[in-house]
Amino acid sequence: MNKGTKLAMGFATITLLLAGCGKATSSTSSSKSSSAELSGKVTAVGSTALQPLAAKAGANFTSKHSKVNLTVQGGGSGTGLSQVQSGAVSLGDSDIFAEEKKGIDASKLTDHKVAVVGMGPVVNKDSGVKNLKMSQLKQIFTGKITNWKMVGGKDQKIVIINRAQGSGTRATFENAVLKGATAVKSQEQDSNGAVQKIVATTPGAVSYLAFSYYTNKLQAVSVDNVAPTDNNVENNKWKIWSYEHMYTKGTPNATTAAFLKYMTSKDVQNSLVKDMGYISIHDMQVTKDAKGVVTSK
Amino acid sequence: MEQTSSGFKQEDTQPKDWAQQLHHATRATREDWFGRGISYLCIGVIILVVASMLWFITSKGIATFTHNHVNVGQFLTGTNWAPDQGKTGALPMIIGSFAVTFAAAIVATPFAVGTAIFMTEIAPKRGRKVLQPVIELLVGIPSVVYGFIGLAVVVPFMRHLVGGSGFGIISATFVLFVMVLPTITTMTVDSLRAVPRFYKEASLALGATRWQTVSRVILRAATPGILTAIIFGMARAFGEALAVQMVIGNAAIMPKNLISPASTLTSQLTTGIGDTIDGTLPNNALWSLALILLLMSLFFNALVRIIAKRGQLSHER
Repeated sequence: MNKGTKLAMGFATITLLLAGCGKATSSTSSSKSSSAELSGKVTAVGSTALQPLAAKAGANFTSKHSKVNLTVQGGGSGTGLSQVQSGAVSLGDSDIFAEEKKGIDASKLTDHKVAVVGMGPVVNKDSGVKNLKMSQLKQIFTGKITNWKMVGGKDQKIVIINRAQGSGTRATFENAVLKGATAVKSQEQDSNGAVQKIVATTPGAVSYLAFSYYTNKLQAVSVDNVAPTDNNVENNKWKIWSYEHMYTKGTPNATTAAFLKYMTSKDVQNSLVKDMGYISIHDMQVTKDAKGVVTSK
Repeated sequence: MEQTSSGFKQEDTQPKDWAQQLHHATRATREDWFGRGISYLCIGVIILVVASMLWFITSKGIATFTHNHVNVGQFLTGTNWAPDQGKTGALPMIIGSFAVTFAAAIVATPFAVGTAIFMTEIAPKRGRKVLQPVIELLVGIPSVVYGFIGLAVVVPFMRHLVGGSGFGIISATFVLFVMVLPTITTMTVDSLRAVPRFYKEASLALGATRWQTVSRVILRAATPGILTAIIFGMARAFGEALAVQMVIGNAAIMPKNLISPASTLTSQLTTGIGDTIDGTLPNNALWSLALILLLMSLFFNALVRIIAKRGQLSHER
C-alpha cells in the first residue's frame, strides 16, 4: 500500500514536471512561429513508395510548426486509400489513382499530386540485354518470350519477378506495358527492396523498379531505345511513370492543407523531391488522368 | 480464511477487541482480495482479447462466402488465385503450406531426436553446457534474419545444387528446418528427462546395452512427448511468414516440384494485405486464408491435447 502511494505520488510529480516543461517549450516556440498558429494531428498512411519522401517532408514541416503532430506510416496504397475513405486518417498516400481501385469511391476523395515517379524494367546483369522493344517487354511478362536469346541476349531462361497483385508499382507497369493483357503467374515480392536484391542475384531475372531503387548491381533496360531518365519522363518519351498522390476526404483542415501546400511548394519540389529520387510535379510537361490519357501542358 | 489471517495479525499488532477483529476483514484478507481481483482482471482481459480475435477473423474470413458468394468448395479446391480478377482458388497456397510444414518436420525430427538423446543420455554434462545455449540461441534469432540468410545463402546454394531459380519449397524447407529444430529438440529433451529413472535402471539391470535401453525403453516411453514436440514444430512452421516468404518465391501456382516457386498461406497474406481495400473481394479472400490458418492452429492444439492425454494413460498402466 505504502509503495503504491509513493509510486502514485512519484508519477504525479513527474507528470507535473513534464507538463511544466511542455508549457515552457510551447510558449517559446509560439513566439517563434509568428503569424499563423498551426496545431493539431495529421496522419498520413499508405504507399511505401511515397513514405520516405512524406516522412522527410513531414519532419521538416513539424520543425517549423512545433504544435503540429505529424505521423507518416506505410502499409501500402490500398491501406492508405481505404483508411482515408473511412476517415481514420487525414491523408491517404497512394501510387495509383483512387479511380483505379475497386471498392474506393473516388468522388468522395480529393486528389493532391505531390510527386512523380518513373519506373522501368531491370534485369540481372548476366542476361546481356540492354534495350527491349515495348512489344517484347509485353511478351516477356505475358509468358510468350521465355529465353533471353529470343530478344538478343544470352541463352538463359527468363525468371520473372512481379510485385504483389494490387501493388501500385505493378499497376503502373501493367497499365503502361501490358495494356490489359494478363501477366503470367510468377514470383511475387512485396517490396522494392526485395525485388532489387533478388534481381541482382538471380541469373535471368527481370522485374521493374522505381528509378530511385536503381543500383549499379542491376541492368536498367531502355525501352524502344529511350533511356529511363527523369528528362524522358518529364516529356513523356518514357511511358512508365505515375504520380504519387495524397488523398483527403472532402476539404482538408487548415493544418493538413498547409502541409499539402508545403509538399507542392517549389521549395520542396526542387530540393527534397529531387534529392530523394522523385520527379518534381512542376517539371512535368504533360499531365496524365486516371484513365491514363496523357495531354501536354 | 479470516481466522487464519487474524491469527497471523495477533503477533505484529497489539491485542485489540477480538470480536471486532473477527468481524472485519484484516489487511491480509484485503490483500488476498486484491491479488485475486488482479488475476481475475488479467484473465478476463486475455479471454476478451482471444475471443474478439477469434470473432474478428471468423467474421471477416467468412465474408468471402457470405458476402461475395464464393463457393466454399471452389475456394478450397480451385487452383487459380487472382482475387483482383475475382478468381479465388486457394489450393496452391494450402498445398504449399502443408508441403513446407511436413517436409520441414520430416527433415528436422531425426536431427532433433538425435540431439536430444545426446543431451540427455550420452553426454548430459556437455549437453547442458554447450548444446543447450546453442539451441536457445537458435530460438532467439528473429525470423527476418533466417529469411535473409535463406535469401543470401540457401537460395543460391539450391540454384547451384538442383537448378532452377533457387526459389521454391526446397529452400523454404531448409530454412524452416533450422527454425523448427530448436522447438522440437528442447521439447524432446524435456520429455526424455521426464521418463522415470527406474525404467532405465531396470533395463540396464536386465543386461540391455545403452543403445537398447535408449531405443527400446526411453524413446518408447517418451513417444507421446516427442510427438507433441513434432506437432509444436509443425505449428511453428505452418505459421511462419517472413522467412518463408523471402525464399519460396511467392508464386500462387500449384507446386509441380520442389524447386519451382510456390507460395504459402502466410506468404500470400503478408504480400497482399497492404494493397487491398477493406470490404472488397481481394481483402476478404485474404481474411479467409487467415481463417484457414487459425483453424489449422486450433487443430494442431487439439492434436497436442489428445496425444498428451493418451500419453498419460499409457504411463499409468
